[in-house]
Amino acid sequence: MRRIALFIPFIIFLLLGFFLFRGLSLDPKELPSALIGKPFPAFSAETIDSKQVSEADLKGNVSLVNIWATWCPTCKQEHAYLNKLARESIKIYGVNYKDETDKAIVWLNQLGNPYVFNVKDEDGMIGLDLGVYGAPETYLLDKNGVVRLKHVGDVNDRVWKEKIQPEYQKWSSQ
Amino acid sequence: MIQKLMKPYIALFVLLFSCSSFGVIELLEFNTETEKERYRTLIDELRCPKCQNQNLSDSDSQIAIDLRQKVRDLIDEGKNDEEIKTHLVARYGDFVLYRPEVKDVTFLLWYGPAGLLFIGVIVVIFVIRRNKQDNSSSPDGFSSEEERQAKIKQLMNKNSEK
Repeated sequence: MRRIALFIPFIIFLLLGFFLFRGLSLDPKELPSALIGKPFPAFSAETIDSKQVSEADLKGNVSLVNIWATWCPTCKQEHAYLNKLARESIKIYGVNYKDETDKAIVWLNQLGNPYVFNVKDEDGMIGLDLGVYGAPETYLLDKNGVVRLKHVGDVNDRVWKEKIQPEYQKWSSQ
Repeated sequence: MIQKLMKPYIALFVLLFSCSSFGVIELLEFNTETEKERYRTLIDELRCPKCQNQNLSDSDSQIAIDLRQKVRDLIDEGKNDEEIKTHLVARYGDFVLYRPEVKDVTFLLWYGPAGLLFIGVIVVIFVIRRNKQDNSSSPDGFSSEEERQAKIKQLMNKNSEK
């Protein structure tokens, strides 16, 4: 009995070590999305080229929804990668989040347009329904328009290959 | 002459009216005083998702401003506090609540500290008991007070016999 008791501090140390080590690789800024497994929130809005769209237009294919704005430096960083994904015929929809449409159009003309269409979200209320707390954010939708994954921050080669692509393939094959 | 007389009054006037400009941070209009009170309580209890540890009333980040607007709109629509919280939790998750609901995932968060306290109390009781036991058998070798008193009597009797 006494011998076992001697190991108690060691066991406590191991437990504490485990949790602290785990803590090292956790990002406290990353919130789990409350929308995973739920349909994309209903909306009805204009695109930046003045067409009327709704959440029904996001269905049909596994797709990405990218929340971006011209005031967001990281969005510029990921833009080239989004262009690349679009060339690989991946459907990307844009939500132009709290932005000015004129600036957005200039941006797309200069940097290329990877988006099927861009929804205007000037007052950020579509973003709010999605639980957006900072651009850029990227959501993966399945064929029925159900949110399957959320990524906060830029989409780059590593994020695509490690995080998004496996899910993309999983939902494409269903 | 008149100007000189007026000077302190002008100064007083300026002083009094400059104060009021500091008071207003957000210019809000609510139908009733209770709604205003509810708004204040809600934005104190809801957490800004962008910032790590600020509530909505504290933060000046864009998302906090939007969420305050949303809370205001929901109050205007006649939603009660519970509905407003549910509305935000459905979008931003439990993170937005400073006092999350008691459920499976938050169980440890709510009752963990009490559990640890309970374990601590048990350990303390255990340690105290063991110390008592150790004391009674040692260090002077008597297992009870009666035995000690008997020994004392015995020794004193021995002395008085001499």
